[in-house]
Amino acid sequence: MTDSKYFTTTKKGEIFELKAELNSDKKEKKKEAVKKVIASMTVGKDVSALFPDVVNCMQTDNLELKKLVYLYLMNYAKSQPDMAIMAVNTFVKDCEDPNPLIRALAVRTMGCIRVDKITEYLCEPLRKCLKDEDPYVRKTAAVCVAKLHDINAQLVEDQGFLDTLKDLISDSNPMVVANAVAALSEIAESHPSSNLLDLNPQSINKLLTALNECTEWGQIFILDCLANYTPKDDREAQSICERVTPRLSHANSAVVLSAVKVLMKFMEMLSKDLDYYGTLLKKLAPPLVTLLSAEPELQYVALRNINLIVQKRPEILKHEMKVFFVKYNDPIYVKLEKLDIMIRLASQANIAQVLAELKEYATEVDVDFVRKAVRAIGRCAIKVEQSAERCVSTLLDLIQTKVNYVVQEAIVVIKDIFRKYPNKYESVIATLCENLDSLDEPEARAAMIWIVGEYAERIDNADELLESFLEGFHDESTQVQLQLLTAIVKLFLKKPTETQELVQQVLSLATQDSDNPDLRDRGYIYWRLLSTDPVAAKEVVLAEKPLISEETDLIEPTLLDELICYIGTLASVYHKPPSAFVEGGRGVVHKSLPPRTASSESTESPETAPAGAPSGEQPDVIPTQGDLLGDLLNLDLGPPVGGPPLATSSVQMGAVDLLGGGLDSLIGGPNFVAPPAAAVPPNLGTSMGSGLSDLFDLTSGVGTLSGSYVAPKAVWLPAMKAKGLEISGTFTRQVGSISMDLQLTNKALQVMTDFAIQFNRNSFGLAPAAPLQVHAPLSPNQTVEISLPLNTVGSVMKMEPLNNLQVAVKNNIDVFYFSTLYPLHILFVEDGKMDRQMFLATWKDIPNENEAQFQIRDCPLNAEAVSSRLQSSNIFTVAKRNVEGQDMLYQSLKLTNGIWVLAELRIQPGNPSFTLSLKCRAPEVSQHVYQAYETILKN
Amino acid sequence: MIGGLFIYNHKGEVLISRVYRDDIGRQAADSAVFNSSGPLLEERLRNAVDAFRVNVIHARQQVRSPVTNIARTSFFHVKRSNIWLAAVTKQNVNAAMVFEFLYKMCDVMAAYFGKISEENIKNNFVLIYELLDEILDFGYPQNSETGALKTFITQQGIKSQHQTKEEQSQITSQVTGQIGWRREGIKYRRNELFLDVLESVNLLMSPQGQVLSAHVSGRVVMKSYLSGMPECKFGMNDKIVIEKQGKGTADETSKSGKQSIAIDDCTFHQCVRLSKFDSERSISFIPPDGEFELMRYRTTKDIILPFRVIPLVREVGRTKLEVKVVIKSNFKPSLLAQKIEVRIPTPLNTSGVQVICMKGKAKYKASENAIVWKIKRMAGMKESQISAEIELLPTNDKKKWARPPISMNFEVPFAPSGLKVRYLKVFEPKLNYSDHDVIKWVRYIGRSGIYETRC
Repeated sequence: MTDSKYFTTTKKGEIFELKAELNSDKKEKKKEAVKKVIASMTVGKDVSALFPDVVNCMQTDNLELKKLVYLYLMNYAKSQPDMAIMAVNTFVKDCEDPNPLIRALAVRTMGCIRVDKITEYLCEPLRKCLKDEDPYVRKTAAVCVAKLHDINAQLVEDQGFLDTLKDLISDSNPMVVANAVAALSEIAESHPSSNLLDLNPQSINKLLTALNECTEWGQIFILDCLANYTPKDDREAQSICERVTPRLSHANSAVVLSAVKVLMKFMEMLSKDLDYYGTLLKKLAPPLVTLLSAEPELQYVALRNINLIVQKRPEILKHEMKVFFVKYNDPIYVKLEKLDIMIRLASQANIAQVLAELKEYATEVDVDFVRKAVRAIGRCAIKVEQSAERCVSTLLDLIQTKVNYVVQEAIVVIKDIFRKYPNKYESVIATLCENLDSLDEPEARAAMIWIVGEYAERIDNADELLESFLEGFHDESTQVQLQLLTAIVKLFLKKPTETQELVQQVLSLATQDSDNPDLRDRGYIYWRLLSTDPVAAKEVVLAEKPLISEETDLIEPTLLDELICYIGTLASVYHKPPSAFVEGGRGVVHKSLPPRTASSESTESPETAPAGAPSGEQPDVIPTQGDLLGDLLNLDLGPPVGGPPLATSSVQMGAVDLLGGGLDSLIGGPNFVAPPAAAVPPNLGTSMGSGLSDLFDLTSGVGTLSGSYVAPKAVWLPAMKAKGLEISGTFTRQVGSISMDLQLTNKALQVMTDFAIQFNRNSFGLAPAAPLQVHAPLSPNQTVEISLPLNTVGSVMKMEPLNNLQVAVKNNIDVFYFSTLYPLHILFVEDGKMDRQMFLATWKDIPNENEAQFQIRDCPLNAEAVSSRLQSSNIFTVAKRNVEGQDMLYQSLKLTNGIWVLAELRIQPGNPSFTLSLKCRAPEVSQHVYQAYETILKN
Repeated sequence: MIGGLFIYNHKGEVLISRVYRDDIGRQAADSAVFNSSGPLLEERLRNAVDAFRVNVIHARQQVRSPVTNIARTSFFHVKRSNIWLAAVTKQNVNAAMVFEFLYKMCDVMAAYFGKISEENIKNNFVLIYELLDEILDFGYPQNSETGALKTFITQQGIKSQHQTKEEQSQITSQVTGQIGWRREGIKYRRNELFLDVLESVNLLMSPQGQVLSAHVSGRVVMKSYLSGMPECKFGMNDKIVIEKQGKGTADETSKSGKQSIAIDDCTFHQCVRLSKFDSERSISFIPPDGEFELMRYRTTKDIILPFRVIPLVREVGRTKLEVKVVIKSNFKPSLLAQKIEVRIPTPLNTSGVQVICMKGKAKYKASENAIVWKIKRMAGMKESQISAEIELLPTNDKKKWARPPISMNFEVPFAPSGLKVRYLKVFEPKLNYSDHDVIKWVRYIGRSGIYETRC
């Protein structure tokens, strides 16, 4: 007799026929009909219309038919809740049946019907079944409590089922105990705070007894539950471990893994000096290895777990390297996992073997596997210093194969090898450069670019190489763009004379033509560094890099500890905490390993501290390429640059040299100008690590200044001239960034939209750094305040007067023009403080005819106050002398386009008039600098 | 816990679907606009079912993991011939348990209707549903021992109507009891038992003849026809046991020391008392009736490698390979190895092969990209050789041929690990038959596992 015939009824009127058959008098026919109905149900046909007819078949003493009907009910009760009530009576009756199999069947099925009305009727039968004389019924009822809890948690609590369930933990039948434990554990998960399981030494003892007697599945439930218990001291932990270890010989891998979980967890509490600790370590290895002879799917689960165990306690499997050698016929997922563990277990003792294997793997077919094998060779080089040379030569051999992905992978790892062993293997760079053209993957391109940038001084055509990448800059991935930016800046700092154009190009590509904020920020940081102090830039960008650590791709210790608590489960397979893939409140309780007990703490030696302990030996993890911030901080900044940014005269000389001799003359007009602050919030310095705050100190000069003097807003464009639009504004300079603060008022009767702004060419290349953004339409009589960031990289044309700025503003009505004069002090840059010697030399150097003298009248301040007030506008006092009762202040300032202005300010105590002498190579600016002095001092 | 279980055919059509938990496909349900519960469940179910079909069964790439997470739903799958079994869950389940359960499910089905095929599944779907109802409750695996299940599964099982009350309670106590794998009241006229020591010997050897890794994974399979509730004790030449016993006389230790073997690890059927093994290293149990796997073990030390393969591959120019392979048998000359097969891989661009072998038959199988050399029988301490010339088509493929290892299959009538059964004692206190009355048979078979030599 076969059932497949039931699948073939597809003709019309089928439901009708079935109906007739279901109502037949003959038992056999009824049974056949129900089977047909279930077959239709399986293939997805809607047979819910037959509900009443099927339910009618329920009242039978034929167990086979009853089971079939119940199966149907479980599927359709929810869609027909009203009719499902019809079945309740039979269920309740069946719960009292003399046959325990029927009692259990009824209570099991009832729990599966998720209809509120039925649930109410379930309580009484369930209560009886929980206390049934037959263990089969009790074990079924125990699970039913969990089902009911899933439907209506409150009901379960109100009815006191939880207490009954707890009592079942002491049941005489091991399977009842196991199911009760499973049900309680599940319920407890959704009530993390409640002490539902209430594990204590007595109940643990009961569980351990049941462990020896119940089915393999029951053993898993109990072990998983035990793992949640925290023994009160190391003695208790040891005694539990002793009773759990026999499980390691179970044929069921899940039992073994759950036992491993308990042991790994409780081991935390044992002192390492204990003999038992060593015994336990030894006992753990063989069963773990045995798991690898299971079916491939289980091997995979085992390997994912072993990966965790090896990270937590490398000593367990350190001698078992060979069992992780890849077999030719292993499924790919097993191969990849084995490879991972091989790398982790690689040590000086076994490196020769490992390397021979890896070389073998690198010639296999599967691309992912080959890549990982190549990468593993690199990891070995980093991990085992003695093998580095052999690894590098193996990698070079592989590069010679010219297999595209092998070459790329090899280059990525060689980059790390360079970092680990500086000045050792750079001779291979030439070979690497030969393969530049074949690189088409971002990671490999980025690695190659890094190498070129890092070793620019050894590669003759480094600039050509990098330039070739620059052509398609916008098509590259972010990773490559960032690396290219950094590499070119490095190149520039190493070979400044030939590469200005290149660096200009990349900076403008990164800051102006890119939408990527990371790229822009990094571009601005470099730009600003280079423009303010190339020497500091050199210290920062070319700083010595911290060595990379041996261990790589380690799971972060707290996560590792949590995952150890989840050995055997999905979390340990995904290497993610349950909260990452489980919805809702279930299973989101964070688990952690028990702390070591006090008795063992004192005996612990530093080198045996658990990996999770917050000790300094925690290995750094190589940041993945996606981790941009980490990348920026670790690779490019290195250790924080200490000390004041501008320290000695030689530094300053160098800076002047670099800028003056190189860029100034070359570009003539504006060169490196501090970018607008929009990209760099001023408070960043304090919130970030020391590395960054130092960086920002560099740019903000003394660092304590908040910004230069700001004039009150003046009306620039009266409403009558601009069809109702009134614009008033002022200019500000704050922490190195210039902005135009605008106030737009709509004095017309119509709504204004579509604002835009443009500057005419001007003397200092001022230009908007961002479009004018008025977010909402401006309705009549409304005013908005906008701060428009400016930069000084626009086109240059000498204006008359020098500080004249012609502006065009457009809105939906028309285009309006106005011009305004900006105070020159917004162009005074933050690093305008000249060294004394330099000041003297420059002063002498500038011809006397360039000197201009001005009188500043009616200024009641003393020398101290003058000096500090000027400094906040970036006019720096280089030196101070007292000559015949007069205070002489020698001051310097620098404009955004690199022009230095030197000043001598003579202050006579009691006399409110000061004499200002200015010396500058471009005497045109003197007049405006004087005006700036006036405004700053008098406001 | 397991939220649902599906069985698919190779086309991705669902043959069996059993949902244990409501949360399957909840994601889809949340986004659905309509709110009536009926079609929703169906809808969700179909979503989960389809997700697996699309992402795994019909996936273009080779399956990269037996566990797949699609939209926060995890799918565990195993494949038997062209049938997929998938367990679905939304929780952080015990992954090892789920796979163990799926295998067990396969075993149970195989025990009921033989091969797992689309036809057999369709023919037995009611039975499968009944089984699924019994062995999984709310996603928790329950008793899954075929012996016990057969007592109360109605489909093709015992007719429950005619059970007496005693019989019923006997069933339930057995299903839930300590000895769930054996029913009481079994009687045989002739008490007989068979022990098979089945080993598979695995080897990975370098071209130079260095053993890279070798291990034996063995199984002791017992087939018993014993009356009552027999208490059994199994003994073998386990080094730890022998040394413990031999402590008395030093002479004996050295004598037996040679014959004992070091077992790296072993696992036992659930009938074996593990705590007793842990404390005394004795293997005692009450066996299930019929055939079962008593233990599995693994050894890595002092393995007798029955064959040694010596490869020699020479590339003659770009279009020709010369291969010479020598095999040597390494066991007592009185024993005979059988079913010997050596598989020599050939490159994909092979155009022709000439083979000469001293013994057996050799053939180039183009479809398998290999030369297959078969020898029916070979005695110990013998040697045989094959040489082949492989003509290659010129290709412009840059990538070198990966040279897969030469693999070998064989069967030998001894245990390569050196394991010997010392005794299997049977006690049945209630019935009057003694250990001596039981007829016992022991057989050793060593087979090749993955027996590879790189070339």
